Amino acid sequence: MTTITTVKTVERRRPAGRAAAKVGRPGIAWAAPAAVFFVLFAIVPLVLVALLSFATWNGLGSAQFVGMDNWTKLFDDPVLVKSLWLSVLITVLGVVVQTPLSIVLGVWAAGQQRNRAVLSAIFFIPLLLSATAVSVLWRALLDPNFGVPAQVKWLFGDGNLLGEQSSAIGVLVFVGAWQYVPFHTLIYQGAARAIPKVLYQAAEIDGAGRFRQFFHITLPQLRNTMITSGIIMVVGGLTTFDTILILTQGGPGTDTTISAYYMYQKAFKGFDFGVGSAVALVLVIVATIISLVMVRLSGYDKMRSTMEGV
Amino acid sequence: MKRRPNYLAGFGSLLWLFLVALPLYVLLAATLQSRNDYSENGPLGFPDNFTLDNYTNVFSSGFGQYFLNTLIVTVAVVAIVLLLVPPLAFAIVRSRGRMTTGVFRLFLLGLAIPAQAVIVPMFYVISQAGLYDNLIGVILPTAAFSLPMCALILTGVMRDITPDLYEAMAMDGAPTWRVFFQLVLPLSKGGISTISVFSALQAWNGFLFPLVLTQSESTKVITLGLYNFQTQYGMNIPGLLAAVVVSTLPVLLVYLFARRTLVQGLMGVGGK
Repeated sequence: MTTITTVKTVERRRPAGRAAAKVGRPGIAWAAPAAVFFVLFAIVPLVLVALLSFATWNGLGSAQFVGMDNWTKLFDDPVLVKSLWLSVLITVLGVVVQTPLSIVLGVWAAGQQRNRAVLSAIFFIPLLLSATAVSVLWRALLDPNFGVPAQVKWLFGDGNLLGEQSSAIGVLVFVGAWQYVPFHTLIYQGAARAIPKVLYQAAEIDGAGRFRQFFHITLPQLRNTMITSGIIMVVGGLTTFDTILILTQGGPGTDTTISAYYMYQKAFKGFDFGVGSAVALVLVIVATIISLVMVRLSGYDKMRSTMEGV
Repeated sequence: MKRRPNYLAGFGSLLWLFLVALPLYVLLAATLQSRNDYSENGPLGFPDNFTLDNYTNVFSSGFGQYFLNTLIVTVAVVAIVLLLVPPLAFAIVRSRGRMTTGVFRLFLLGLAIPAQAVIVPMFYVISQAGLYDNLIGVILPTAAFSLPMCALILTGVMRDITPDLYEAMAMDGAPTWRVFFQLVLPLSKGGISTISVFSALQAWNGFLFPLVLTQSESTKVITLGLYNFQTQYGMNIPGLLAAVVVSTLPVLLVYLFARRTLVQGLMGVGGK
């Protein structure tokens, strides 16, 4: 069994015939339109955000260069420092809660039984709703006077979950998981299906039980998936915005004001676009470093075939 | 070999089912009763007097216009994505140039650029371009930010086309555009429908760009309408939830017909 797979892999990696190597290969021109469009509307603004962080602009007229002013202002600002910690806290809690759930649900859903397909169809619904709709829904559900806490008092006590920092953070992490676990489940489900059956058959012949199979075959084989899903979770967590705007408005006080929301407040409520840009730049740097490290660790960018490594 | 059913995972998934289904039940049940009945029955109760008043109210408060605006944005975003991403993915998968690897890296990094990070300069650029409070100003950035994910999905699909097929066409001396139109496009139909559904979903559910880049009633999209509804009628929970349902209906309809496409494609994202 093993020999056959090896031969196949070798054949698949054989370089195309010498004469055929150049024919029918697209040049950079094929990638150019998308790249230019993306650079124009994502990379250029990214450069501008860096420039604006050294300027002052109130949304009208033109920007004035002010050097390091925004940055010194920023790092003396206790709310910003607090918001960075809160962003990290909410992101880490999100990854810790969502990853195991998604792996377990994904591996389970990768099975072929009929009932799993039906259940998966229902699991997937929260992902279809906009973050706005999800937040509005949960705010209504958790309303202390008209929501579920008012009806199930023995479980929720006074029921004002959003009125206190720890429970408000709990709610934010829960609502995030409610919305995004289906997506990550799906990613893991696809990856779990792609694990070669031979590995399990071999393990079973060796007498490995389900738990050992899960920890020694499934988890290691899902490594790259964890990287992809992890990057998406981290970036998503750091930039949680709609949920905060609708569920807590950063409150109570500034107890759930994470950086992404603080940036919005500074720029679009306080009309201090320079400081807003500086906060945004901090966010980008953190998110990029994390993704770069994860991409490097996985060697994801160098993979040419989806079959590589099998 | 006989497999024992996996009770632990089965139990976990039932628990999750409960967590997903219960809020959805409350959502539907609340919208079908009047405000007074809702306060009496509580969110978990069963509605006894069915009414559709909440839904008619939603439409009389401007959601028709928001619906139309969102539809325009969605169609335009999908069109841009379909024009740009297939050639891009083809180049990433088949080109041997260093530049294309660089472009792929750019888009992989692009996955990590949060829209939140660029809204300030985006506001600057869009206002300078005279596109503030114009649907085009929402369409362009929304499309740009759905490119990385779509590129990732489609390259995954195109990588699975076996090299033998390319070689066969190369033997015939087929030019690149023929390889693209006659081999690559037909074989990645599945992936192409996935990215259409995915980018449509992004555009329909988009909130941040419209929030920052539009202001008037005539350019309002549906998520923004929902947000305003929440700030104005936060106490009228059945009415508010009816707006949630209305904003979601088209997406649910698409899901009903395109579930396989979307699910299969997104599954590929994590594929090895």
